[in-house]
Amino acid sequence: MAKADQETVSKIYRNMVLVRLFDDKVDGLVASGVHITQHSTRGQEATTVAACAALKTTDYVMPYHRGWGWAIGKGMDPKILMAEVMGKRTGCCAGKGGVHIADWSLRIMGRPGVQAAHIPIGAGVGLSIKFRKTNEVVLVFFGDGASNEGNVHEGMNLAAVWKAPVVFICENNLYALFTPNVETTSVKNIADRAQGYGIPGVVVDGNDALAVYDAVQQAVQRARSGLGPTFIESKTYRLSGHTSMDRFHLGGYRPKEEVEEWEKKDPILRLRQRIIELKMATEAELNRVDEEARQEIEEAEKFGKESPYPTREEIFQDVYVD
Amino acid sequence: MAARELTYADAIREGLREEMRKDERIILLGEDIKINVWTVTRGLVEEFGDRVINTPLSESGFSGAAVGAALTGMRPVVEIMYPDFTLYAADSIANQAAKYRYMCGGGDFRVPVVFRIAGSGSSGGSGCHHGQSLEATFIHFPGLKVVFAGTPYDAKGLIKMAIRDDNPVLFYEHKLLYGVKGVVPEEEYVLPIGKADVKRAGKDVTIATYAWTLHKALKAAGQLAKEGIDAEVLDLRSLRPLDKEAILESVKKTGKLVTAEEGTKMGGVGAEIVAVVAEEGLQYLDAPVKRVAGAESIIPSSAYADQMVVPQVEDIVRAVKEIF
Repeated sequence: MAKADQETVSKIYRNMVLVRLFDDKVDGLVASGVHITQHSTRGQEATTVAACAALKTTDYVMPYHRGWGWAIGKGMDPKILMAEVMGKRTGCCAGKGGVHIADWSLRIMGRPGVQAAHIPIGAGVGLSIKFRKTNEVVLVFFGDGASNEGNVHEGMNLAAVWKAPVVFICENNLYALFTPNVETTSVKNIADRAQGYGIPGVVVDGNDALAVYDAVQQAVQRARSGLGPTFIESKTYRLSGHTSMDRFHLGGYRPKEEVEEWEKKDPILRLRQRIIELKMATEAELNRVDEEARQEIEEAEKFGKESPYPTREEIFQDVYVD
Repeated sequence: MAARELTYADAIREGLREEMRKDERIILLGEDIKINVWTVTRGLVEEFGDRVINTPLSESGFSGAAVGAALTGMRPVVEIMYPDFTLYAADSIANQAAKYRYMCGGGDFRVPVVFRIAGSGSSGGSGCHHGQSLEATFIHFPGLKVVFAGTPYDAKGLIKMAIRDDNPVLFYEHKLLYGVKGVVPEEEYVLPIGKADVKRAGKDVTIATYAWTLHKALKAAGQLAKEGIDAEVLDLRSLRPLDKEAILESVKKTGKLVTAEEGTKMGGVGAEIVAVVAEEGLQYLDAPVKRVAGAESIIPSSAYADQMVVPQVEDIVRAVKEIF
């Protein structure tokens, strides 16, 4: 089993901080009246960032709506991400995807707006990898809400029957929009459903970046060696609301005490502490990383704001391949 | 040119086989695709092995998987056994395949997938879950192309072109056409998507139609000829893009328009054709338009009753005569 080396841990930490600061920046922009659709990553930075750290550049990611961790984790420049969510032509989708982030060069395969639409698409990417014999893998992220969609059943069965190199990662943050999943989901551990497809189901502490990395690394190795999919459930919590419009997440549909409990499990603080314990870096060094990340996000904001919108002509391009 | 007759099913199979021999990225997916109830893909597994994939019953799933495979370098041809089942796959087709490239900002994101929507149309009591004509449903989505061949020659030329297209193409097939024979040259050819074809030239009225109803329209035109009405039968072949030019040109010549299709009238293909003529060629018309279409009803699962809800030859004849 490959444990994360120092370089990997540093990268994970740095990317998690970037994601957090990106969300902070978007919070501020939204509050100042800039229109950005945001499903904040806050509290969930560990899973998507650490999972992507277990991939090669040529491996694929099927993202989902929550946050930016999979984008920055897979190597996206925050400038390009910021420009896209602001609808600018310098964004990764030419300003037409918005939060539906995609980047072919990073193999970020497009984030659907319809929950779980991408689960079978991910299975098909896996099938394609098998046909092309390229030995890549595809990570498919989704949330506990989407886990009840029929497409999850269909997509997992397809991936399993094809023994496709797919790793399914469900971030269980306990709520779908304003609804607690105890009201909607028949099992405590969603990963138990893996049994129904004859694939391994793994539960991991989603706020422990290194535990996530280990679990995903193992699943990726298994997929690459031709043994087929794994279903990883990451237990986590969103510290913000569903979107920036969510005014009910503190004491509304969930108790304040619950949020405060999870604040203590903040994945960035936990990783920071762990890095210091492991003597991989000093506090001063980590502070420097934080500061560099802060500058990078400032530059991203500047780049996004200064970038032009696509032209009217460009808005109507790319409906078809010419 | 060597002439021989093939059935519509054989012609599609031959088109698939020729393209699969040339391009190993082409894979076939669908329920029971190896033996195949429609016979279209029967026997291809013997030549192409694991490129012919029997899928589980999961239309949304395997249609979505085809999108994923298409995005990453394959050229999947999916069979959906009946149009009725496309409603399970509607998200994969209309929300994903159609919009993927645009949402990702173009570039290297392409979805070269063909959805063969088999077994269209009403016959033998197939009823409202195995006998609808739903092609009009999907012409509403930019990003998709929709074709529906009415002859073996057109079917072969269009399936080959659909496979070579870098966009998602819905290729509809009618269950009553599979056994219909027609001349198909042995030499290779393809047909462009988006071009209608005049199947019978005439000067008095345009009957715009396609698929199985094309054959009814041709019979109707034969009957009308005996009564002194010279009908032009325009086979649309492609429903998105629609060959507006051919429609307008024909109506300009004849001054009268009747549309004929098997799907229901409201929001149907005929509605679109009539709207095009109203917008861009109203001045050519010297009589009201007529739409012959499926009844605003549910298709009964009854071999006795199901032809009552879809247009027959006499319905087309009657509609034409009403505007003379």
